[in-house]
Amino acid sequence: MTQLLIKNGRIIDPANNVDTVGDLLVSDGKIAAVGKSSAKVKPDQTIDAADKLIVPGLIDMHVHLREPGDEEVETVASGTQAAVAGGFTAVACMPNTDPAIDNEASVEFISRQAARADMAHVFPIGAITKGRQGQELAEMGQMVRAGAVGFSDDGDGVANAAVLLQALKYSSMFDRPIMEHCEDKTMSGGCMNSGHYASILGLPGINPLAEELMLYRDVQLTKQAKARLHAQHISTAGSARIVRTAKAEGVRVTAEVTPHHLLLTDADCQTYNSNFKMNPPLRRQEDIDALRLAIADGTIDCLVTDHAPHLRSQKELEFRNAPFGIISLDVALGLYVKALIDTNTIDWPRLIQMMTIAPAQILQVPKGTLSVGADADITVIDPKTEFTVCVDKFASKSRNCPYDGWQLHARAAYTIVNGKIKHSLH
Amino acid sequence: MDVSVGSSTADNTAAAEGQAFVWQRKHLLGLRELSAEELNHIFDTAESFKEVSQRSVKKAPPLRGKVVVNLFFEDSTRTRSSFSLAASRLSADVLDFTVKASSVSKGETLLDTARNLEAMGIDIIVIRHSAGGAPYMLSQSIDACVVNAGDGYHEHPTQGLLDIFTIRELRGSLKGLKVAIVGDIAHSRVARSNIWGLTTLGAEVFLVGPPTLMPSAVNQLPVTVCHNFDEIVGEMDVLNMLRVQFERIGSPMFPSVREYSRLFGLTEERMTRAKKDVLVMHPGPINRGLEIESEVADGPNSTILRQVTNGLAVRMAVLFLVNQAAAME
Repeated sequence: MTQLLIKNGRIIDPANNVDTVGDLLVSDGKIAAVGKSSAKVKPDQTIDAADKLIVPGLIDMHVHLREPGDEEVETVASGTQAAVAGGFTAVACMPNTDPAIDNEASVEFISRQAARADMAHVFPIGAITKGRQGQELAEMGQMVRAGAVGFSDDGDGVANAAVLLQALKYSSMFDRPIMEHCEDKTMSGGCMNSGHYASILGLPGINPLAEELMLYRDVQLTKQAKARLHAQHISTAGSARIVRTAKAEGVRVTAEVTPHHLLLTDADCQTYNSNFKMNPPLRRQEDIDALRLAIADGTIDCLVTDHAPHLRSQKELEFRNAPFGIISLDVALGLYVKALIDTNTIDWPRLIQMMTIAPAQILQVPKGTLSVGADADITVIDPKTEFTVCVDKFASKSRNCPYDGWQLHARAAYTIVNGKIKHSLH
Repeated sequence: MDVSVGSSTADNTAAAEGQAFVWQRKHLLGLRELSAEELNHIFDTAESFKEVSQRSVKKAPPLRGKVVVNLFFEDSTRTRSSFSLAASRLSADVLDFTVKASSVSKGETLLDTARNLEAMGIDIIVIRHSAGGAPYMLSQSIDACVVNAGDGYHEHPTQGLLDIFTIRELRGSLKGLKVAIVGDIAHSRVARSNIWGLTTLGAEVFLVGPPTLMPSAVNQLPVTVCHNFDEIVGEMDVLNMLRVQFERIGSPMFPSVREYSRLFGLTEERMTRAKKDVLVMHPGPINRGLEIESEVADGPNSTILRQVTNGLAVRMAVLFLVNQAAAME
């Protein structure tokens, strides 16, 4: 019997309403005891967690691992290495790969690559439609059997409302969420938020209504289909209002937000640095304020990175021509803390809830708790020590990150997956 | 980056008192970041170069031994010719490097191209590119001077300079002048450069065109927006008529050429209601009968050819100044 004892930390387990200082014992990859450890325990390994937080392994339900198809940019192995470096013990990967993950075999391929990499757990998200073309439904049932935990055509929304309605109805029999990238492409087409800065920079804008119109449509479709919708990376004050109203009406909708939509604005595009280009684009300060409020009042359920690696040579293109997307798995925790705890928006237990049990419940996976008997996926967080973000030290294969040089003060000291230490700072 | 904006007369006095202004920018990327003092310094320099063009031997030596590259990713005959001529009048060696609308995802990137050129030992890159910000990006990653010859619909600083230089030449000062910019403002780099330069020098800018051709959040720009040309035409000192981009005709932005000329074209009829001495400007090439009627384009108020002449002097001034700033580094 292999035992690991994590001693004397602040244990936060929102799923069980736990917030206490104590020890946590791991035995054979499962959580064996939480609280005060008995003197009789002779662990094989001990972690001193004084001044640290012991929390369920963090879950990021929106990442791009670029495999299959773009292994030069990221792989399941390098992406999960970045995940554990950032304190994430599980990620859900989007199916906009080449070819798209839209069938049973591709889903199994992802799981196999994850097992080979043996870092973080990977929960595959299957495409809603075949080839992400927005026309015919993909074989959702087959993909669920192979391990898919949700469906998304991420990168695109499903433009055809009738198709999405069928997808919502169909997926409801598996109780898996339809995860929508809300963007009406007839109203987007630009490369940054439309408004003052797009105007003076001479860059084509993306109307915030492109997101809001599709989100509103999707909420109505979900209501009629009595299905479950997850709104991906919402970025505007209007989207937050739509989700809030939908929840009040009892529609089964959940929502996620990224660190960049909580920390950066379209004014940051002024250097034409394509590491500030992503989709949805950076919005205004008013939107950040509204998103923080929506986190505080529970409208927004969970925090994701939308980790979207790209080659340096791709991101070195002109702002208009460079691809959308940035990475932040390695340092996301510190970013959320800066955006939400340092601003007194929420406290630690709520932050941890949004990064653990909330995504686990949306995806219906048995993760995100420190319950006795659960898989020992644990993150030990150093919440105080300052550090400087250095993208060249990222475990990710890519470097397209706007936070290089930022000072942050919260990161994973240890990341433990199935009882094994996959990352330690020391 | 912004230097406080003073009145042009005050600046001139300061210069006269011997507080010599020193130009410090080795790149000219836009007019938004330029102070009134800097703008006037370019104009004063351009005035002295105008004289070179009137000599029998039209050459001056300041860029002798320097290499200027025209790196054009978009077709342009007159801007490129104007830059080429300006560089050769300053005795520089000129290399024209026109890149056919290349695929952006495959092959050499802009930075690759620029680094290759730099490895050949060039001194000034004059760049035109369809993507806003491309010259800025270049200026961040190479040592050579970068002059923006038009980027997307961000800025076209030398066009803005030559327009304003022409007004200054004919009116003396920009202060208090009312300037209308008419047409597709949303997609116009010329409009943006004019807005910044004109307002910095104290002119009042009116944007005229349909709401579909106004930039987003236009209310946050230092301008007055007007959708009825006839309402303001009588008050204007300058009418700057933008070229209509044919690819936008028939798009949802405006329905037809006929309707556009009726509402926003500068017709002889409309000219009868303008001030007698109004300056009629156009960045060229003009669409006769569309945004401007031939009789007006060729009429006594037109400054169109004077703008072209001044363009040369302004571009000589810009090349001269950025080179001087680079030499001081």
